[in-house]
Amino acid sequence: MPEASAPPAQGPLAHHFANLKQQKHAAVLGMWVFIAQEVLFFGGLFATYAVYAMKYKEAFEAGSGHLNWKIGFFNTLVLIASSLTMAMGVHSAALGRSRRIVGWLLATVFLGTVFLGVKYFEYGEKIAPCFGMGAGPGCLVPGQLFDASVLHVAADVAPETQIFYSLYFAMTGLHALHMIVGIPIILWIAHAAWKGRYSPAWHTPVEIVGLYWHFVDIIWIFLFPLLYLMGRH
Amino acid sequence: MSDHIVSWKVYVGVFLALVALTVTTVVAASYDFGPLNVIVALGIAITKATLVVLFFMHARYAGGLTRLVVLSGVAFFFILVFLTMSDYVTRSWSLTGAS
Repeated sequence: MPEASAPPAQGPLAHHFANLKQQKHAAVLGMWVFIAQEVLFFGGLFATYAVYAMKYKEAFEAGSGHLNWKIGFFNTLVLIASSLTMAMGVHSAALGRSRRIVGWLLATVFLGTVFLGVKYFEYGEKIAPCFGMGAGPGCLVPGQLFDASVLHVAADVAPETQIFYSLYFAMTGLHALHMIVGIPIILWIAHAAWKGRYSPAWHTPVEIVGLYWHFVDIIWIFLFPLLYLMGRH
Repeated sequence: MSDHIVSWKVYVGVFLALVALTVTTVVAASYDFGPLNVIVALGIAITKATLVVLFFMHARYAGGLTRLVVLSGVAFFFILVFLTMSDYVTRSWSLTGAS
């Protein structure tokens, strides 16, 4: 039996895998299949954005021009930094430094929370005026309360700006939902790292959650120019 | 294990490149390139995404099967957008030359 001469398995090796290497490859491949599926999940929204941005160019530029690109820029930097801390967490796991994994994962969670906090105020500014609250410029939630006057567009273009804001909330909302799902999973894995469950030979969960987090970063890399920068020209 | 352990300096280098490209896309957005505006913005975003996939997500060191899945995700997204746009872009076209 060739397995008999292999070094003793460190970490949980499921009985249906020959060794940890094969098990890890299966897990990483499975995560990539999930990510490919996620690309198409978001892809539907990106395709919708492409069609409407082409059809209602003026309305989309007005809607995009009203978004605060400085906030989007800040959040882009925060999310890129969180990808770096996540990559360093996976790096620490490969080197077997459990305490450092915890530190880097907590830094990632912190940066993710900062991103969501900024998003909370960004959303609030657009939603609160619909209920007569807040200091925002006007209600920007698509529907009967939508106030296109703050966008300074022609009357015939005004209804089309609602489509921009529908896509703005759908795309950034789905992205934020992915982060809200990711943060507790990262905390759970940080807890396992704190307990010393991971080793250089087996730290697959750290790698898998890393892939997920980087994917969420990539989505934002495309959302930022499409939503925040198209109206600046 | 066949784990490729990359120096942390590579990750910091990729991070700095991503920050530089983010600044570039903001600066580029203040200039009007006409119909190329979207091309420039998406070109920079695709460059950033490629850096993340290759280095942060270790696709550069992954096996052939994983690479195939990565490319298939991109390819099917391209089919989705290409076929959709080939419909919407050409709807106003007319065989008689009249718009």
